[in-house]
Amino acid sequence: MSIAPRKPPLQFALRLKRALGGKTGWNGLAAQIAFAAILAWIAYEIVANARTNLETQHIASGFGFLNYNAGFDVNQSLIAYNNSDTYWRVFFVGLLNTILVSVIGIVFATVIGFIVALCRLSPNWLLSRIGGIYVEIVRNLPLLFQILFWYLAVLAALPAPRQSISVFSTFFLNNRGLVVPQPVTEPGLYPFMAALAVGIVAALGLRHYARRALFQHGRMIRIWPYVLGCLVGLPLVSMLIFGWPLKFELPQLKGFNFAGGARIIPEFVALTVALSTYTGAFIAEIVRAGVMSIHKGQMEAGSSLGLSRAATLRLIVVPQAMRVIVPPLTSQYLNLTKNSSLAVAIGYPDLVSVFAGTAVSQTGQAIEIIAMTMGVYLLLSLTTSALMSVYGWRINRSMAA
Amino acid sequence: MKRVSLAVILAAAAALSVQAASAQTLKTVKDRGQLSCGVSQGLPGFSSPDDKGNWTGIDVDVCRAIAAVVLDDPTKIKFVPLSAKDRFTALQSGEIDVLSRNTTWTVSRDTSLGANFAGVTYYDGQGFMVKKSLKVNSALELNSASVCVQTGTTTEQNLADFFKGNNMKYEVIAFGSIDEAVKAYESGRCDVFTDDASGLYASRLKLANPADHIVLPEIISKEPLGPMVRHGDDQWFDIVKWTLFAMINAEELGITQKNVDTMLKSDKPEIKRVLGTDGNLGEQLGLTKDWVVRIVKAVGNYGEAFERNVGTGSPLGIARGVNNLWNKGGIQYAPPIR
Repeated sequence: MSIAPRKPPLQFALRLKRALGGKTGWNGLAAQIAFAAILAWIAYEIVANARTNLETQHIASGFGFLNYNAGFDVNQSLIAYNNSDTYWRVFFVGLLNTILVSVIGIVFATVIGFIVALCRLSPNWLLSRIGGIYVEIVRNLPLLFQILFWYLAVLAALPAPRQSISVFSTFFLNNRGLVVPQPVTEPGLYPFMAALAVGIVAALGLRHYARRALFQHGRMIRIWPYVLGCLVGLPLVSMLIFGWPLKFELPQLKGFNFAGGARIIPEFVALTVALSTYTGAFIAEIVRAGVMSIHKGQMEAGSSLGLSRAATLRLIVVPQAMRVIVPPLTSQYLNLTKNSSLAVAIGYPDLVSVFAGTAVSQTGQAIEIIAMTMGVYLLLSLTTSALMSVYGWRINRSMAA
Repeated sequence: MKRVSLAVILAAAAALSVQAASAQTLKTVKDRGQLSCGVSQGLPGFSSPDDKGNWTGIDVDVCRAIAAVVLDDPTKIKFVPLSAKDRFTALQSGEIDVLSRNTTWTVSRDTSLGANFAGVTYYDGQGFMVKKSLKVNSALELNSASVCVQTGTTTEQNLADFFKGNNMKYEVIAFGSIDEAVKAYESGRCDVFTDDASGLYASRLKLANPADHIVLPEIISKEPLGPMVRHGDDQWFDIVKWTLFAMINAEELGITQKNVDTMLKSDKPEIKRVLGTDGNLGEQLGLTKDWVVRIVKAVGNYGEAFERNVGTGSPLGIARGVNNLWNKGGIQYAPPIR
């Protein structure tokens, strides 16, 4: 009696079956196709229904409105904008304002978060209590209240423009914001920028060289005098040859407000402060959890090597903790970006306020505008996630090495 | 707050896609037994809730009149408070049956928003309010001022046109709701608060010291405010339009809340036609013969509603001015009921 050897199944078919149907095989595939078909049908129904209803009610549709004049003004814009520009421009003005407040908010929130976390972890009783109280108060109050608090209670209490708090008659703080000298470009700017760029590249090259020397040959090279020369000396030389890169235009009180000078509007300040302190409290807890997840033996090992507490944290503990910190930190960055849409409550012209707000009510094209706005937030969030993933991947790689 | 309004828009966008294409608003309202009326978030004289949650105002009275003719009960109304920027989406999506929310009639709103204006409840114009201490007497002295405004309004665009047209610079700070804008103005963030003139008087009442603020004489725009309905339902459009016209015609004929019962016995053919003791004009509209009687009993004629809510008998104390009847020096004019 001979046993026929079992024929191996066709490799390609098996793989296809696995990929499409998973462990359940072809049945699973059928279910998936059916599910996809149902989804497609629902999507089709929604689009068709919306289209019919828009047509029967004669509501304008399509994206043609983006080329029309917007006809309203915006009080903060990173690109040139006036009321005869198009809705496209309004879209970018709002988008840039959202990105601006998010990026600056993220930077401050991260700094605040790390400082507060290290305070909480500190053996100093007072510092750790202050950190704890900060976290418990700030993260337990609704964000909208905090934004309104900073805007209506703190910044609105500043004096009127005529009674501005003046710092050396150069900076003026009042309830219309912080007025600072406006930089005006001079011909010396481009050589200056070039010199600075060369300096930065050279300094980075030096650092790379010094690290290689340290790690491969164990030689310590003192590079800071050269780095200083590159970063400060080169631009200085350029300034001596080509003149000042920038001139500053001083603000002057004229009529109701200051003329000349640049102004940081209080809406921006209130929103940034509220977002970064609020998110900072959550980041503090994330950082604390990350540091606590590192075995305390690491801390002891550091001190037995004679490293100070700060050096141990910086060189040993935090780099390892970053692996735990980065994923939840990403969520906080995303939260901050999305929470910036509360701006409309205090009149900060972010994307939701000017585009999904004013533009919707002027054009009535809610579906298109809301879809665009959601797309933008999705894109911003995915970009942030991607950047953080790359960062997390680099940390993991350096840990594994 | 922002979250909520975004949710409204999203829900509305979703509702747009599932709502049936037919637009039998009259039947829907009757079946529901309630009129859904979009109003402001609180503008004294036009639509604002009192401490017991009862809505009053001239815009509210238009809704009450519609509820009276359709449901025979001016209290069967669900009031939906809407911010300026959410109001049209709420109407488009069918969340409300009529938008009676101090809304300016413009050609773009009448066409691309998919809505129809059913007449003018109040002829208004945009003005400026400043603190007396600024010693400004004219809007032309407002160069380089900071201006607080409610976002999503014609006000925002008129403001841009006015300053541009007069070669003046300004800074605009646009808020999501009128209360936030007024609060920022009061706190000193802005030199000027701008809105429809009636809105300025109404907002001034809410300030801590109303006497410290003045409304500048310039009126920079035409703002005819009126109720709005969706495109695609002519019958409902007629009902809303003629409810408002009936209020104005009732004033013209001298029919008031007090004398309406005695007027029913009148022999004048015009009054008999309006009050339905002769002919069937109400039934042609899809209503009942006594539709005007119901309106007048519920809210009075146009003049009574005006005096009670915004006129000299109210805290706002606004004179009739252009809102008087056409034969009394104003421009309120309704086509005849015949």
